[in-house]
Amino acid sequence: MAFEIPKILYNGAIKENPLGKESNRITVGGETCYPFHLFEGNMPHPPKIAMEVYDATPEDWAQAALDPFTDVVHDPAAWAQKCVASYGAEMIALQLASTDPNAQNTTAEQAVETTKKVAAAIEVPLIVWGCCNVEKDTEVLKRIAEECTGENLILGPVEEDTHKALGAAAIAYQHTIAASTPIDINLAKQLNILLGNLGVPDERILVDPTVTGLGYGLEYCYSVMERDRMAALTQEDERLQFPIVCNLAKDVWKVKEAKLSDEDAPLLGDPTKRGVLLEAMTALLFLLAGGDILIMRHPDAIQLVRGFINDLMGS
Amino acid sequence: MALTGIQIYKLLPKTNCGECGVPTCLAFAMSLAAAKAELAACPYVSEEAKAELADASAPPIRVVEIGTGERKLKIGGETVLFRHEKTFINPTGIAVLVTDEMSDEDVAGRLERFKTLEYERVGLTLRADLFAVKSLSGDAGKFEALVTKVKSQTDGGIILMTEDPGVMEAGLKACADRKPLIFAATKENAEPMAALAKEHGCPLAVKGDGLDEVSELTTKLTEGGLNDLVIDSGARTIRKAFEDQVFIRRGALLKKYKPLGFPTIALPCEMTDDFMQETLIASMFVAKYGGIVVLSDIQGHSLFPLLLARMNVYTDPQRPMATSPGIYEIGGPNEDSPVLVTSNFSLTYFIVSGEIEASRVPAWLIIVDTEGLSVLTAWAAGKFVGDVVGISLKKSGILDKVRHKKVVIPGYAAAISGDLEEELGDWEVLVGPRESAHIPAYLKEWKVG
Ligand code: SF4
Repeated sequence: MAFEIPKILYNGAIKENPLGKESNRITVGGETCYPFHLFEGNMPHPPKIAMEVYDATPEDWAQAALDPFTDVVHDPAAWAQKCVASYGAEMIALQLASTDPNAQNTTAEQAVETTKKVAAAIEVPLIVWGCCNVEKDTEVLKRIAEECTGENLILGPVEEDTHKALGAAAIAYQHTIAASTPIDINLAKQLNILLGNLGVPDERILVDPTVTGLGYGLEYCYSVMERDRMAALTQEDERLQFPIVCNLAKDVWKVKEAKLSDEDAPLLGDPTKRGVLLEAMTALLFLLAGGDILIMRHPDAIQLVRGFINDLMGS
Repeated sequence: MALTGIQIYKLLPKTNCGECGVPTCLAFAMSLAAAKAELAACPYVSEEAKAELADASAPPIRVVEIGTGERKLKIGGETVLFRHEKTFINPTGIAVLVTDEMSDEDVAGRLERFKTLEYERVGLTLRADLFAVKSLSGDAGKFEALVTKVKSQTDGGIILMTEDPGVMEAGLKACADRKPLIFAATKENAEPMAALAKEHGCPLAVKGDGLDEVSELTTKLTEGGLNDLVIDSGARTIRKAFEDQVFIRRGALLKKYKPLGFPTIALPCEMTDDFMQETLIASMFVAKYGGIVVLSDIQGHSLFPLLLARMNVYTDPQRPMATSPGIYEIGGPNEDSPVLVTSNFSLTYFIVSGEIEASRVPAWLIIVDTEGLSVLTAWAAGKFVGDVVGISLKKSGILDKVRHKKVVIPGYAAAISGDLEEELGDWEVLVGPRESAHIPAYLKEWKVG
C-alpha cells in the first residue's frame, strides 16, 4: 500500500518581474507552487538577498552588525561595492534613513546624489528605501525617480498615501515599486488595484507586506504572507500575484535583544551569533512564507540563508 | 472523519431504553454526532461499536505524551496546514542531545544550560523540553548510567536513542517511570522495541527509510495495539526532510491516511556539522510541522531565537497578544521623568518599551487596556479615547508618582488630546511621535520644566 503524496492543485502563478539595469537583469517571482513545494510546481527564480547600505553612518547599531563594515560605513558607494565584492550581494538596498525629518532630515538633493553614486558603483539591481514619512518620501523618492531614469530602481515604500505621486513617477521614469501596506492582505490587494488603475505595469510592482522581527509580531507578517500566497496560487486572486519583498534587517537589529552585550545578558549567549541567528531565522521564516527578496544586513546571516535556499532548491 | 448521526445510530443497540438521558437511540446518536453527549452515557453499547466510534472520532494526527508531571510534553493533535487557519496546538518539543561518548564536561554543560536557559516573555516561560540520550558505544551499562544521571539532574522529558533492544532495555530500566520516548523502532528491530514500549507503557518512535516503510511499520505496530507513535521519515537532507514533513501532515489531514497520523521527530543534529545552520534547520521544523527537534547542543544565542520562533508560530492567530495594563518603569524613572501612554497590544508594548530603553532616558510607560488592539485600531474602536485613557492614568496611580503634569500620547492618537486634557484637569497632553522609532529622539528633547 504505497503512500500517495497528496498534492495541491494550483490555478495561479506569481508574476515574473525583471529587475535592475538592462545590461544586468535579474528576475524574481514566477512561482507556481507554495514556497519550496517543488514536488508539485516550480520556482524558476530562487529568492534573492539584497544587502543593506545606509546613506549616513549608522549611530545606534549593534557592534556585531557594524563590525563587518567599519571601513565603509561613512561611504555608501564603497559600502555597496564591498557588499558585492566581498559578500557576493545579488542586490543592494540603499536605506535613506537620514532623510527622516526626525533624524538628520537630509535633503532630497543629497539623497539623489547618494543614490546616483551607489547606482554608479554597482551593476546589481538597486532598491532605494525611504524613511517612511509620507511627505518626505514623496518628495525624495520622486526626485530620485526623475534623476535616475534608466536605472530601473526599486522604490519603496510606496504607500496608499504616496502611491499616486510615486506610481506616476515610476511609470514616467521606468522604475519598479514596492507597494507597502501594514500587515493586512486586504489592504495589500487594494493598493495593488489602485496601482493597476493608475497604469503601473504588473511587472513593475513588488509587494511589501511590512515585516517585523522574530519575537516582535513576526507571526502576523508570516501569516499575511502565507495567506497572500494561498490567495494568489489557489484562489486566482490576480491582484496578489506579485513577488514579495521583506525589508527585515532594520527591525531585527533594532530590538534590545539584538544589542545587549554578553555581560548585560549572560543567558543570551554570544552577541554576534545571537544577532546573526535572529536575523537568519527571521529571514528563513519569511522565505518559508513566500518572500522573494530579503533585505538583510549581516554577512554571516546572509551566508547561512543563502546556503539554506540552495539546500531547499537542491535535489 | 467524524461519523454522521445516522452512521452512529446503526452502531447503537436500537432499544430506545432511555437510560442515556434522551428518549431514543436515534436522539442519542444525534447528540453524539454534535459532540453534545459522551458515548459512556449508554450502558449497552457493544465493544465493537465502541472501538469503531473511537476510531472514527480520533483526531487525524494523534496526540502523543512524553514525560510525566509538570513537564509532560504533548505533541501532535494538529488540525491544519497553515497557522492562519487555526492555532497550531502543541508547540514543537526542543530536545538536547547527550551521548555516552561525550566527556563528563560536555554532558554537564548541557545539563547546566538546559536548567539555566529560561526566558520570561509575555507571561510565558520559554525553555527547552527534553533530553535525547543516545548510546553510541552500544554498551548497556554505560547507557543506563548516563540515563540515570540525566534523570536525576533534570525534570525534563527523555528520549532514549538506540536501535539495540538490549541497550534500550537498560535505558528503560533507569527511567521508564518518566515515560520516555523510545527511539527508534526500525524494520529490523520493530518487534522487540514494540514489546518494550508495551511493557513499559512508553511512546515509540518509528524510523523508516522513506514514508512507505514508515507506513508499513506504523500499520504493523497499531495492529499490535501500539498507538502512541512518533515518526522519523529517515530524511537527513534539508529538502527531503522538509518535503517529508509536508507529505506527512498533508497525508494525515487531507487524505486521513492513518499510517501517517502521528507527530514527527526531526534530527537537525544529524543533518549538518555547523551549529548555526543546525539551529536554523530546527526553526524550519518549528514552522513546518516538526513535533520534536533534536539539537546537538543549546547555547543562549541559539536557543533564545529558536524559542521566539516557536512562540511566534504557535500563537493563536485570532487573538492579538496583550500585555497587562499598568505602570511599567523603564530605566529607573523618578518624579521628574517623562510619562508615556500607549495600548496593550504586546507588539506595541515591546517596541515602545524597547525604544524607550534604547533612548537611555528613564521613563514611565503606562499601558492602557485596549483589549490587545494597537493604538490606531483601538482609537478607531473607541478603546483609546480621552476618557478611557484619562481614567486609566488616574487608576494607575501615576499622577502621584511624578511632580510634573505632562503626559505623552502616541502621535496616531493626537485627536484625543482635547478630551484627555478635559478628563485630567490641569494636565498638559503632549503629542508624541507617530512612529516608535522616533521615540528616542523625542525623549532626548523632552524637558520637565
Ligand atoms: S441508553 Fe443506549 S440503548 Fe438506551 S436509548 Fe440510549 S442509546 Fe439507546
